[in-house]
Order: sequence, then C-alpha cells, then structure tokens
Amino acid sequence: MSPETLDQLEATMAARFPELPREKLADALIVRVQPERLVETMTRLRDDPELDFKMMIDLAGVHYPEREQPLEVVYQLLSVYKNHRLRVKVAIGEGVAVPSVIPVWSCADWYEREAYDLLGILFSGHPDLRRILNDYDFDGHPLRKDFPVTGRYEVRYDETLGRIVREPVALERANREPYRHTL
Amino acid sequence: MGLNEQFVQGVAQEVGERGFLLTSVDTLANWARTSSMWPMTFGLACCAVEMMHAGASRYDLDRFGIVFRGSPRQSDVMVVAGTLTNKMAPALRKLYDQMPEPRWVISMGSCANGGGYYHYGYSTVRGCDRVVPVDVYIPGCPPTAEAFFYGVLQLHKKIHRTHTVSAGWGANGIRRANTQAG
Repeated sequence: MSPETLDQLEATMAARFPELPREKLADALIVRVQPERLVETMTRLRDDPELDFKMMIDLAGVHYPEREQPLEVVYQLLSVYKNHRLRVKVAIGEGVAVPSVIPVWSCADWYEREAYDLLGILFSGHPDLRRILNDYDFDGHPLRKDFPVTGRYEVRYDETLGRIVREPVALERANREPYRHTL
Repeated sequence: MGLNEQFVQGVAQEVGERGFLLTSVDTLANWARTSSMWPMTFGLACCAVEMMHAGASRYDLDRFGIVFRGSPRQSDVMVVAGTLTNKMAPALRKLYDQMPEPRWVISMGSCANGGGYYHYGYSTVRGCDRVVPVDVYIPGCPPTAEAFFYGVLQLHKKIHRTHTVSAGWGANGIRRANTQAG
C-alpha cells in the first residue's frame, strides 16, 4: 500500500477500533484481536463502508513453540473498492478453539480445514472440520515445529495381505539437517 | 520402424532354432501387444505434462498405437507420472489391480522412481515400486517427452523378449535363461 493509504487506513482503524493493538510493518497494518471478539470484529470490518473488507484473501496458521500462546491465525483482508489491505492476527493457546469466520466470509471453509490439518488449530462452529490435504487418518499435524520432517510412518503394498500397509519410517540414508530447531 | 523385417527375421530365427508353431505364436503375440499399448493415464504431477507432450502432435504416440485411456479395464500399461503420495497409494494399487493381464508399469520421473525431491517428506511414497511392480524406470525431473518415448520403446524391447506360449523352454527341453512368463 502507498504510505497515504496506509496512514488513512490506520486513522480509520484508530477511530473505529481504538481498543485493538495496531502495528505497522513493511507497508502493512496489523491488528491483534482476542478470539472472543473475532467474529464481531470481522463482521464490522466487512460491513463498515469506510473499511469495506469484502474479501478475505488468505487465512494462515503459525506455530510459535516458544510463546505462551503457541498458535496464531493470520487473516489477510482486502477491500477492492477502497484498495487497502489489513492483516488480523489471533493468538491462541494449545487446544483452544478459534471461532470460525465462515459466517463472515464463506471462503474461509477450506482455509480453516487446512489450518486444522497442518497445525491442529481448532475452529468452533465450522460445519465440516476434517483434514483437507493429508490422509483422513493421518497421525499428527505436519507443520508443527516438533513434527519429524520425514513423518512417522510410510506405506507399501503387502503381497501376502493384499493391501497397503503402514510401517514406521526406515530410511536407508538419513536426512541431512540443514538447520536445527531451537526446541 | 522396420518391424516387419524384424518380425520376419524373428520368425526365421525361431523356426531355425526351435519349433515352428510355438515360437511364432509368441512373436506374433508380442508384436500384437507392442503394437497397441494403451496406457492408463495416471498423471500425478508435472510429469503428466511431459506425458501429454509425448501424446500430442509433435511426438505423437499414436504412431505406435498408443492411445491414452481413462479406464483401467481398457489399459495395458500404467504410466505413473508424478509424485505418489500416501493418500493416493491405495487408489493407485486398486486401479492397477483392475487392469487386465498382461499389464506393465512405467515409472516416470524422480518422484515415482524413488520419491525424488520429496524423498524425505512425510506424505510421499518413496518410489512407486513399493506399491506396484515396475517394468521401466524413466529418470528425469521431469523427463522430456523424448525420454518418455525412449522408455516406451525400452518396454517394447522387454515385451519382445517375453515367451508366453513356449513358457521358457527351448529346443531339446533346455530351459532358457532370462525368460518371463507373460
């Protein structure tokens, strides 16, 4: 966004949502919302004519294992008419559910399923919260920092059983570790 | 292609070496099989695009009687073109089991050969030969259409070496090496 648009958006946000913490980072405006107030805030962001965030561009999840509230959901909002963008962040603890924003933007459905699949973030009120990318009986959430990169099992076809079987990962050559986590 | 010449030479050679009837039936069967190999399209990733190039007008797999089919029941060869994931593995095996025999499998590209770029991933089968028996491996990431073509021709050669009716027995009842019952 241009600096003028950004300043204007920040002024509007300060007037309409004075209680939300704001942060400017790399030409983007970031606000943090408590999960209890999420749906209400998002509905106002969408319907306010000065803000007019009719589109939710993306919904992402992040895992910060060192934080007290290790999981975070990031919403990228866009107003096509006003040509400005907003980033909304919600931090949650382990096992705490975030309210689903499907009533606000119906496109959130598969994004929330993806965040649940890869990070185990729960969304309350989601009509069909199952895995979307991994196998339906997959064990764990692969984008968690403590998830092993090579996974926990591998599959092969068993001639005697006549079906695909799962076995613990047995690599002939170990994976290199280009970087180590701080865990 | 010189296939007729090869066929005639083959018949002459087989008649000279073994018996008249059995070996020429084998050659005829192999000629028929290689002349109309209908692959099952199993495009899983970018390799499928190169497979499409091979099927399109420039390289034109139709010249070899290769017509892509959408059904396993009408297919002779399965081309595993792309990354095979854990989630897809049961479906791949089921479709392979539905293909009528004789059937062959071409593993196309690094991912299908051994996991490739995703070898150390959590959701990838580290080589489609863990799920289905593979006849020809084509290296590359992705292999070019020419490489795919070459793999198909290698499979033709392999099929020409099989002996279905003579079942591995040569003249004088001596068992030949390198035979495979079709």
